[in-house]
Amino acid sequence: MRSYIPAYELRAPKDLAAALGLLASEPGVWKPFAGGTDLMVLLEAGKLEHRKFVNLRGLGELRGVEETPEFVTLGALTTYSDVQRNATMQREFSLLCRAAAETGSVATQNRGTLGGNIANASPAADSPPALLVYDAELELISAGGSRWTPYRGFHTGYKKMNMRADELIGRIRIRRGGEGRKIYFRKVGTRKAQAISKVCLAGAARVEDGKIEDIRIALGSVAPMPLRCVKTEAVLRGRRLDLALVRAAREELAREIAPIDDMRSSARYRGRVAGNLLEEFLGELDGG
Amino acid sequence: MPDAAQKIVVRCTVNGAAESVSAYPMARLLDVLREELKLTGTKEGCGEGECGACSVLIDGELVNSCLVPAMQAEGADIRTIEGIASGEQLHAVQEAFLECGGAQCGICTPGMVMAAVNLLARVPEPAEEEVRAGLSGNLCRCTGYMKIFETVLHACQQVKVGA
Repeated sequence: MRSYIPAYELRAPKDLAAALGLLASEPGVWKPFAGGTDLMVLLEAGKLEHRKFVNLRGLGELRGVEETPEFVTLGALTTYSDVQRNATMQREFSLLCRAAAETGSVATQNRGTLGGNIANASPAADSPPALLVYDAELELISAGGSRWTPYRGFHTGYKKMNMRADELIGRIRIRRGGEGRKIYFRKVGTRKAQAISKVCLAGAARVEDGKIEDIRIALGSVAPMPLRCVKTEAVLRGRRLDLALVRAAREELAREIAPIDDMRSSARYRGRVAGNLLEEFLGELDGG
Repeated sequence: MPDAAQKIVVRCTVNGAAESVSAYPMARLLDVLREELKLTGTKEGCGEGECGACSVLIDGELVNSCLVPAMQAEGADIRTIEGIASGEQLHAVQEAFLECGGAQCGICTPGMVMAAVNLLARVPEPAEEEVRAGLSGNLCRCTGYMKIFETVLHACQQVKVGA
């Protein structure tokens, strides 16, 4: 059943400092509201338990893409459409562009934000695996200052994050210079377009003379949070690809992930598909 | 449940006219358009951003109006299906829907038209793949989509002829 709308507060602070001040004044009472593409769905379903929100959408301080020789830094309010339109992102961070293009519909991509996708903390979100592969860092901001933290390790459990109640995700930073890696992104859902993932795998690897010099693998929908599969990477790193190695990597991946049965899929299906996607990724690396 | 929120005044432009509406901050733009502004051309399908029936343009971008809280419409330039034709003169996309049989029951049609108008604004001569991608957020339970794809491809021919 639909929620009772007058019970929900949404405040529009005049600038970022005012938003952070509100969050700090009563920690945990006010929660951020960005593009609304997740929260409004809960509202309509009568499942939005929290009642007081701070509208971030008008805050110009959280928008925009900055480029330095070392990093590309995206404001937390960068939308999936912004990501896809940005020439540097297309050239250097195509995994994230692919993830953005496969998140919801055009209308959702125009509204949904990267910061919101991270803070909503769904294990099935599609941009986190790409961000994990890129070793993204998050800037957490509060009235007291700001700190940078690695995105890997930010999600500590189902919908749990390494962030205080008075903090916001301000910016997301990814290191440049990863060109030349082979990338892989595949999302498996009920239908090809606009379905929530059953399994999603993002990968990047550098292969020289048949040897895997570097490999990064991250998955969505196979654990309580988006997961960078470092143990599977360790099995593969520095090795030459052959059937025995692929089998060993599949076995390690099966141990590293913890898929569940839910309304979208079963643990067994997810485990099998995760292994298949890994094998497909490794097969593409083998192709030269 | 207590009424925690106060109504706010939302000032925005709708189909070229300045509007000022009183609404709860978390009211859905869809409801504000239909119930306050009586613009009932915008339809509600799923109410959860899956079907595209409630598509409108905000500052030229396609959005699902069921997922936009009224507060975020402040200062926005909104275009609904009612603002697509110029008086009695239908938009090329609307003409094409009539000509190609792109509409059956019609509930998805306003959203389809908005998505198609937005697609042609971004990609004036889309390939069929681009039409499919541009409309992928709009569900239709009648047509099987083929007539709708034909409609949009036909509409861009007409726009070209007209230009």
